[in-house]
Amino acid sequence: MSVDTATVRRIAGLARIAVSDAEAEAMVPELNNILGWIEQLGEVDTSGVTPMTAVIANTLRLRDDVVTDGDVRDAVLANAPQAEHGFFAVPKVIE
Amino acid sequence: MAALTDLGIAAIRDGVRDGAFTAREVAEQFVARVAAARPLNAFITETPEHALAAADAADKARAAGTLAPLSGVPIGMKDLFCTAGVRSTAASAMLGDFVPPYESTVSEKLWAAGAGMLGKLNLDQFAMGSSNETSAFGNVVSPWRRNDGGNAALTPGGSSGGSAAAVAARLCPAATGTDTGGSIRQPAAFTGISGIKPTYGRCSRWGIVAFASSLDQAGAMARDVRDCALMLQAMSGFDPKDATSLDLPVPDWEAGLSADLRGKRVGIPREYRVDDMPAEIDALWRQGAAWLKDAGAEVVEVSLPHTRYALPAYYIVAPAEASSNLARYDGVRYGLRDLPEGAGLQDMYAATRAAGFGAEVKRRILIGTYVLSAGFYDAYYTQAQKIRALIARDFEQAWASCDLLLTPTAPSAAFALGERSADPIAMYLNDVFTVPSSLAGLPAMSVPGGLDGQGLPLGLQLIGRPLDEQTVLNAGLAIEARAGFGERPSDWW
Repeated sequence: MSVDTATVRRIAGLARIAVSDAEAEAMVPELNNILGWIEQLGEVDTSGVTPMTAVIANTLRLRDDVVTDGDVRDAVLANAPQAEHGFFAVPKVIE
Repeated sequence: MAALTDLGIAAIRDGVRDGAFTAREVAEQFVARVAAARPLNAFITETPEHALAAADAADKARAAGTLAPLSGVPIGMKDLFCTAGVRSTAASAMLGDFVPPYESTVSEKLWAAGAGMLGKLNLDQFAMGSSNETSAFGNVVSPWRRNDGGNAALTPGGSSGGSAAAVAARLCPAATGTDTGGSIRQPAAFTGISGIKPTYGRCSRWGIVAFASSLDQAGAMARDVRDCALMLQAMSGFDPKDATSLDLPVPDWEAGLSADLRGKRVGIPREYRVDDMPAEIDALWRQGAAWLKDAGAEVVEVSLPHTRYALPAYYIVAPAEASSNLARYDGVRYGLRDLPEGAGLQDMYAATRAAGFGAEVKRRILIGTYVLSAGFYDAYYTQAQKIRALIARDFEQAWASCDLLLTPTAPSAAFALGERSADPIAMYLNDVFTVPSSLAGLPAMSVPGGLDGQGLPLGLQLIGRPLDEQTVLNAGLAIEARAGFGERPSDWW
């Protein structure tokens, strides 16, 4: 499998990263080199192997369904590029 | 009396306790040494006030008889750990001005143990890199130089390059690191220090800027094995805020240290003997086996048949998790926002992420997005997770015939800055010996073994069973005692 400029643009769109035409073209050989190198995994017979989901056996813990934090609105908003009236502010969205 | 900055954690702790010097004196000497070493670019942010305040608290605690395990020890903090009120950047433009309102669990534990912070240490951007050349705050320069008189600026390794350079240059007695595929062990090897990554889940990931969550693990970097044990002990422990934190008591690794390896079997994995391995590294590996034998261990050959697939599997799993983790940088809640004139929300996301991420971070996000995208998920990601299961099974089978593994830490000594940055895959190959144990979540450590012909440090790696940090540390101690590695870089900066 290999990528072309259109695929790079599509992937960059999914990843929400703006790329110029020149950047997209430059990334084609870079990504193809890496993808070509990881292709070798295809030669391993993995039939019957369960994909790893936890690296060290561990059980997910449950806790009581109670509020354990919160009431820190100003701290949450402290690093917002734009906060207004106690909310995160974003450009107007019209759909 | 030797400079206090030549002392490690245990010596500082003991000296403060015994009244040989005050914690204030220690902190002042380190603060001055940090300020004098700026050409190394090891620190992104210096925090002398934090170190001095902790020192004063330590001196008061001594008078009151309430000294904590690390009272009076000033350390360096990799700038991937969020520290309340202190800029935490992940060496990125995205978080260039980010001041967390909260403290990471690991740093909180260190402060509770009495340690102070000299500053936030440089690293590869979002911990993605093996040479510290992807930092938005510039390269870290290794304090080491080749003995050829050429003075080429060398890499300290990565991603914990600032941590490694600072400990090697005696700017701090110890530093935190994080290891996703070798980011503690490879820089430790490149700079002639010790570094340990514990079993996945020993250290809480809460408050550490996430790269690849199933692999990321904090650990300790210091100049000797005892200091690594002490530091790791203070960093480890259960944390309900991390769903993968292990709810187990933290052993007293320092008290358990013993270089007597009688009854232990050391495995030498034959697949790690790669074709183009430099003769000096192969020789050091054999020497390391001889040292462990001398310490009483039995040396056996073992096989880890899927080793060669570890690195390509890692470069699917890690970018996939990174693409998901780094989706949070959207220019809305924190970090950089780039809002072009007249742009809508989607354009703002794309512009922000184009401006805030460096080339290697973008490369990994794109690879990760691709391997997780519809139609490719099973061929890439599921296959990689199956291979990861096979790699973990290789280790499990090896534990039937040995108690720990000995390998080189890295396939070469430190290289010059700029020498390998043009070829991403050549750079990825730095981690060929460290990635398999990361994929399996095993404790692993690098200790210095000696110098190569160019006068640069080489490391040996010890890999242990899950939760058996003690055997890893003990074997490290046995090598340390026999290698007698006393070399240090000169203060040329």
